[in-house]
Amino acid sequence: MKRYLVIRSLQSLLALLAISVIAFAMSHLTGSPVDAMLPDDAGPEEAARLTRLWGLDRPLYEQYFVFLGNALQGNFGDSIKWQGQTAFGLVLERLPATIQLGGFAIIVSTIIALPVGVLAAVYKDTPFDSAGKLVALLGQAMPNFWLGIVLIWIFAVHLHWLPTSGRGGFSHMILPAIAMGWFQVAAFMRLTRSAMLEVLDSEYIKLARIKGVPERRVIWVHALKNAAIAPLTYFGVIAGSIFTGSVVIETVFAWPGTRLLAIDAIRGRDFPVIQAVVVTFAGVFIVANLIVDTLYAYLDPRIRYQ
Amino acid sequence: MRSPSERPALEVRDLETRIDTKLGLIKAVDGVSFSVDHGETLGIVGESGSGKSIAALSILRLVPKPAAYIARGQVLLDGEDLLEKSENEMRKVRGKRISMILQDPQTSLNPVFSIGFQVVEAIGMHADAPRKTLVRRAVEALRRVRVADPERRVDDFPHQMSGGMKQRVVGAIALGSFPSVLIADEPTTALDVTIQAQYLRLLKDIQQETGLSIIFITHDFGVVARMCDKVAVMYAGRVVEYGPVREIFNSPAHPYTKALLNSVPAVEEDVDRLYSIKGQPPAFWDMPKGCRFEPRCDVAMERCKTEYPARLAKAATGSGGHYADCWALEEPEWIPSRS
Repeated sequence: MKRYLVIRSLQSLLALLAISVIAFAMSHLTGSPVDAMLPDDAGPEEAARLTRLWGLDRPLYEQYFVFLGNALQGNFGDSIKWQGQTAFGLVLERLPATIQLGGFAIIVSTIIALPVGVLAAVYKDTPFDSAGKLVALLGQAMPNFWLGIVLIWIFAVHLHWLPTSGRGGFSHMILPAIAMGWFQVAAFMRLTRSAMLEVLDSEYIKLARIKGVPERRVIWVHALKNAAIAPLTYFGVIAGSIFTGSVVIETVFAWPGTRLLAIDAIRGRDFPVIQAVVVTFAGVFIVANLIVDTLYAYLDPRIRYQ
Repeated sequence: MRSPSERPALEVRDLETRIDTKLGLIKAVDGVSFSVDHGETLGIVGESGSGKSIAALSILRLVPKPAAYIARGQVLLDGEDLLEKSENEMRKVRGKRISMILQDPQTSLNPVFSIGFQVVEAIGMHADAPRKTLVRRAVEALRRVRVADPERRVDDFPHQMSGGMKQRVVGAIALGSFPSVLIADEPTTALDVTIQAQYLRLLKDIQQETGLSIIFITHDFGVVARMCDKVAVMYAGRVVEYGPVREIFNSPAHPYTKALLNSVPAVEEDVDRLYSIKGQPPAFWDMPKGCRFEPRCDVAMERCKTEYPARLAKAATGSGGHYADCWALEEPEWIPSRS
């Protein structure tokens, strides 16, 4: 187990390093940053001065190591668009809002989808199963920007139950979390259901019943621990993107998250901020995947002992 | 009245289990009766689909729900009818008084729980004891089925064990609470021949030590000869011949039993073609009106097509000894059976 986690962590570090190379290369892909930064009427001496000042005349690998060294200290330079703020500071300022919403959405989705998926398998082909199917179908079919607008229209504009947009108290999170999570609920539910159906049909479930294990324990312990691997894999795929937010949801609900920041930074060619966003997102993805890998190992001993 | 000690450990009377399939309601087990005494081994022999596994699961009332259900009959465990028990009472029977070993050890153990967890759970279900005691008993149970170094093996997971070793663990799970009846559903079919022999030996030894009654489901007459005292031959949901193992081997009465015995190739003989029974077993949704074996039978008569044969017992062994469902047996040696 320990060995497995150490290996996974080292792999994650390697991935992060690769991403730092990409982030570094990004600023050089659109030509010299100097051209982008200087006003159109600046002369060649001006450009040469800036090039020397920023070390852009040094070899690329040297520039990369300087970038890496700074990045490790959380220093991506100052923002170009938002004067007087550091790039990383901007990201850090927005990150809590994104993680809060993503975390809330994913927790609520799991709390709903897992039990419903399990029960849909247990009560296969009953009205309960059909209702679950309908909920899942709706979730998969409705685009989230549309769902978001409809939710605002019903619950904020007409019923006045919840605020329309922005970040505030708990009530502000409900609508965006539904708009964001419904699709995931659908996917989780269906995956859990089909995994449970397969597991419930297996010989070891038969053996558990032969042993005299009560049905409830057969389902929620013996079967679920096996079936959970499939939805967990899916969670691994989506966890990163959920915790880094959604442009659509943040736009519809004016949620001050990192994705909006990223879009604004890209539009303004604000490379320090873009780099900070990319590296931070990579970090979030990697941490999320590390958590999933750990859960994997907890659930399935065959992975643990590889 | 027979005294309790003479009472069979388990007696199945006129059991009928139906399955609701897409092609209609079928009687997978159709009026089956058999019994097994204390310390005795009953073999249930038949082809795939003859209803032997469903009959076994019916005893534990674990037929696949909701499609299958037990329509009538009695399952008497020490005289108590299991079919009248509540689900809760039934749970106290499963694993405690009647246990079962399944066919494929590769799939019978839960891959995500340790061996220890699974054996401890089986014992703990039926014993109120501290965990430490349960673990000790689990280790003992593993030792009884000859798992080497059980103290260490309890921490292993199924994927770290061989097939034969896994089947021993399944045995430890089944025998952990010292049941009086063990149903073994082709427990050695998935094992290779040497491991198979060891496993059968092990079951025999444990039976001798504990007086366990075994219901041995198989399609292998070699295993029957080695393990069983009595045999019930099943065909298309019914027991067509029933009797002591020696009787069945020496003077099989039902043409199906004869054909089955003929299908076992003899090692000494050099044959060009292996014997096989012509035709296919009947489909459950399209049962012949008369004898179910009639379409494949060499000695079938006109009567066999229209009337299911009477149950006839061999006079010499008395009723309940050796009997078969076949019209061809209507000769002085065979008399109508009382059962």
